[in-house]
Amino acid sequence: MNWITKMFSSSLGQKLIMALTGLFLCSFLIIHMVGNLQLFKHDAGLAFNKYAVFMTTNPLIKTTSYLLYAAILFHAFKGIALVFQNKKARPVKYQAFDGKANSHWSSRNMGILGTIILVFIAVHMSNFWWQYKFGTVPYTRYTENIQTGEIQSDYMPDNFTMNSKMEEQSEGLMKVTIVKDLFRSVELGFKEIWLVALYIIAMAALSFHLYHGFKSAFQTMGLNHKKYNGAINFIGIGVFAILIPIGFAAMPLYFFIK
Amino acid sequence: MSGNMNINLKVWRQKNGKSQGKLVDYKVEGVSPDMSFLEMFDVLNDRLVSEGKDEPIAFDHDCREGICGMCSMYINGRPHGPNQGVTTCQLHMRSFKDGDTIVVEPWRAAAFPVIKDLAVDRSAFDRIIASGGFISVNTGNAQDANSLPIPKDNADEAFAAAACIGCGACVAACKNSSAMLFVSAKVSQLALLPQGDPERNTRVLNMVAQMDTEGFGACTNTGACSAECPKEISLTNIARLNREYFAAQLGSDRS
Repeated sequence: MNWITKMFSSSLGQKLIMALTGLFLCSFLIIHMVGNLQLFKHDAGLAFNKYAVFMTTNPLIKTTSYLLYAAILFHAFKGIALVFQNKKARPVKYQAFDGKANSHWSSRNMGILGTIILVFIAVHMSNFWWQYKFGTVPYTRYTENIQTGEIQSDYMPDNFTMNSKMEEQSEGLMKVTIVKDLFRSVELGFKEIWLVALYIIAMAALSFHLYHGFKSAFQTMGLNHKKYNGAINFIGIGVFAILIPIGFAAMPLYFFIK
Repeated sequence: MSGNMNINLKVWRQKNGKSQGKLVDYKVEGVSPDMSFLEMFDVLNDRLVSEGKDEPIAFDHDCREGICGMCSMYINGRPHGPNQGVTTCQLHMRSFKDGDTIVVEPWRAAAFPVIKDLAVDRSAFDRIIASGGFISVNTGNAQDANSLPIPKDNADEAFAAAACIGCGACVAACKNSSAMLFVSAKVSQLALLPQGDPERNTRVLNMVAQMDTEGFGACTNTGACSAECPKEISLTNIARLNREYFAAQLGSDRS
């Protein structure tokens, strides 16, 4: 066996793969969060729809997104395999087991939390990503007054289609944009209470998953020192276990209540 | 005697490695709060021997002063029982209440097979040490101690890691039966000192390979090991083991 397969098939190497893919997925969460904040803009979804076009056409982002899909699948299936592999290390279970005495609940249930997140990603992507790429998302025409900033939106007929996802034209002070209306899919989707509930449960799972996962990834990479442990904990808990899940959970709630 | 306690025990009984085991109920009466947990087992075994109905319970013990690491009971869901930083021999009955029911099981790990009752085979640890947990020294006179400067911080950290007694509580506590805390303490105590430097790459590579071969699980950083360690070995040792391992794989000729 050469050194590289030896390293990545060792227990430490497999954990390193989990740590690196996990942190890559964390970096995506930030981008996804910042971009999706445009859902809260009062512009009938114009900025969000333009952003969706950019995210699905820019070659650099497209390349990164394929890396991301690979990382999601790898992290998920490697993680599930590791859970079963680790279970084999204790064939006879304890009759009395007091886990809470020595470790946090989330650290002992990463597999279950991760599975909830994986199910969520499947539902989330089939609802929006799949629909946007392969399904039928209707178009909307936005008429924007450049001077006043006033935006008027008109739904195009359901059978309307064109070759590109977006076309922009200027007519004097008026800027006309015809664009695939993913915003409308979001608005409609989040009227379903079961979907909103799934999103909130999944974001709670994400919070607990990252509460342990973020700092655990640094430990696996060998980065544990009192000089910077405070910063890792602060970012892991404050940003990834609190801010990000709350921010994402606020989106379906906002559209459900709106 | 006043103040003595009655204890209900549920103890894992298993004839040998091949047979099925089960929890058996025992009532131990008149237990002094000042007895150690092992002495309470001595009292019970005395009674079992004199009654002649049941074989005495097999359990590991040796020094009974908290430094040998032999006593290995998993008590009420925790290795070495409810107290922090102690082995089973240093756990006293005053940590329990009169009438308590206490479940006592052996360490559970594929790499630590049960020999009998509460005694398990921990020779997997010996094989990990034999694979690299040593330094090679020429015989002859020891050189002058001051000729090898060692920073005080390193000496302290190495000493803290060397406090590991190899009891296996880390493996017993870990939900994955991982031996990472043990291996990391043994790698750290040598990696922090100049005497350990010449063999540092082969040491970490061989010890990790042996650890995986023995069938211990992977580390998921739950921290249960360090929380239950009678010598309170720090998790920073596991981070150091990770660094040593990846540095050896990525930065040396060996693999």
